[in-house]
Amino acid sequence: MIQEAGNNIKTINSISLILDLFAYIGGSIFAFLSAVGRLANFTGRSVKHCFTPPFFPSQLLRQLIDIGYYSLPVVGMTTLFTGMVLALQSYTGFSRFNAEGAVAGVVVLSITRELAPVLAGLMVSGRVGAAIAAEIATMRVTEQIDALRTLSVNPFKYLIAPRVIAATLMLPILVLIGDIIGIFGGYLVGVYSLGFSSASFISQTWDMLEYMDVVSGLMKAAVFGFIVAIMGCYHGFNSARGAQGVGAATTNAVVSSSILILIFNYLLTQIFFS
Amino acid sequence: MSDKIKIELKAVTKAFGSNRVLDELYLSVPEGKSLVVIGGSGTGKSVMIKCILGLIPPDSGSIMIDGAESTGQNHKIRAEFMKKFGMLFQGAALFDSLKIWENVAFGLIHGHGMCKKEAREIAIEKIKAVGLKEQVANLYPAELSGGMQKRVGLARAVAISPDIIFFDEPTTGLDPIMAEVINELIVEQVKGLGATALSITHDMGSVRKIADYVAMIHGGKIIWKGAVGDLDHSGNEYVDQFIHGRSDGPITRRLA
Repeated sequence: MIQEAGNNIKTINSISLILDLFAYIGGSIFAFLSAVGRLANFTGRSVKHCFTPPFFPSQLLRQLIDIGYYSLPVVGMTTLFTGMVLALQSYTGFSRFNAEGAVAGVVVLSITRELAPVLAGLMVSGRVGAAIAAEIATMRVTEQIDALRTLSVNPFKYLIAPRVIAATLMLPILVLIGDIIGIFGGYLVGVYSLGFSSASFISQTWDMLEYMDVVSGLMKAAVFGFIVAIMGCYHGFNSARGAQGVGAATTNAVVSSSILILIFNYLLTQIFFS
Repeated sequence: MSDKIKIELKAVTKAFGSNRVLDELYLSVPEGKSLVVIGGSGTGKSVMIKCILGLIPPDSGSIMIDGAESTGQNHKIRAEFMKKFGMLFQGAALFDSLKIWENVAFGLIHGHGMCKKEAREIAIEKIKAVGLKEQVANLYPAELSGGMQKRVGLARAVAISPDIIFFDEPTTGLDPIMAEVINELIVEQVKGLGATALSITHDMGSVRKIADYVAMIHGGKIIWKGAVGDLDHSGNEYVDQFIHGRSDGPITRRLA
């Protein structure tokens, strides 16, 4: 009798544990879907306000300079050294198969199609995405966003739209400059360290390069710029109170935009080149 | 002054999860008068003011401004209500990236479409009116003290000559002299504009200085309302405990 009761208690405990597990999984899925819904709603509202007046040209100009001009050194340095390393590494690998002549082609294709847009996106996410999230979160915490509303200004139009437009426009420009600097980095290593002739490196680069290689990279960059701005704005706008809330908003903006950049890079590559 | 009701809240309810902050709250503010709402921390004063401003939507109830329903309206109608409002936030909420004159002129330029030159002139006039020097106009908020920021916040709140001005803890964090200066400026500006004022504060000195009427909020409801002169003989034990700052009484505070 006592043993039977003990067995029943064990069965009830097991069922309860399984139910708790299902409740946890269900709760997590519900929370995820709810977060996706909120983000989709935020993105839709942001895009709508990018195209409907009133516009704030002075805010847009400020963001174009902040996001574009001030990110140039970071993107330039990243792509320069990436191009240089790429030339060195591909030379080391290809020399085993006597295919050193492919170095210039590998550098130009890797930089234009993948490395410049992805690395620029990630670097801008770290620099700009974090700054956007921190600034807007601080404005939320210090009631500046509420103040905007009381002064009859829609924060989506004043804060979000200029940042989204500026990041979407400026990242392709940064990537185009990054393409040139990255290829130049490969050229420097190829010519001055690996012994390629300048003329042959340039002609191989030019022969290998196609219009679509650059355009696909720039289109990726526009999408990555949009992602960086939206994630920075979303996390800043929905920040919790206090210093911890601002810190969490900044971290979440950088982490989520970095992951989304890598996911969208795969999807866009699949669309452009499959 | 007329007896017209400028702001009227009927059965306004707002809950955050299981916490019912406003519980069928009723309140009215006569036109041209200054009403101060007192109450302990966390009793829903700020939530109430944000519901009136449209920054937080109430769960139920009605908020009438000049006899027109303001809740559940679209952005266009809400924007028209907003043009009637001025607000002084607890921390002033000045825009860090803008100069002082740009902060004060912000509502005029972006909310009312005034040209920059004209808005700058009005902003400087308002900056002087709150006792600051003209040179302050070209500084940034971070370069000012807390008291000066409050003055700029007041200048911004009155710059658009609003019909209704809201004050959220206007003297919190200020020394007694600066608090008195801010109170005097509030009275001067509100009377000067002939505006209706709704303030929330804990500061009894501020209440006695700026209020025509006082209301006390507790448990999400207005439990007492009367003229400021009746405050000391309200006959309400909650009000008595609050205005005298006694720890013993009907208002109990859970400390842990």
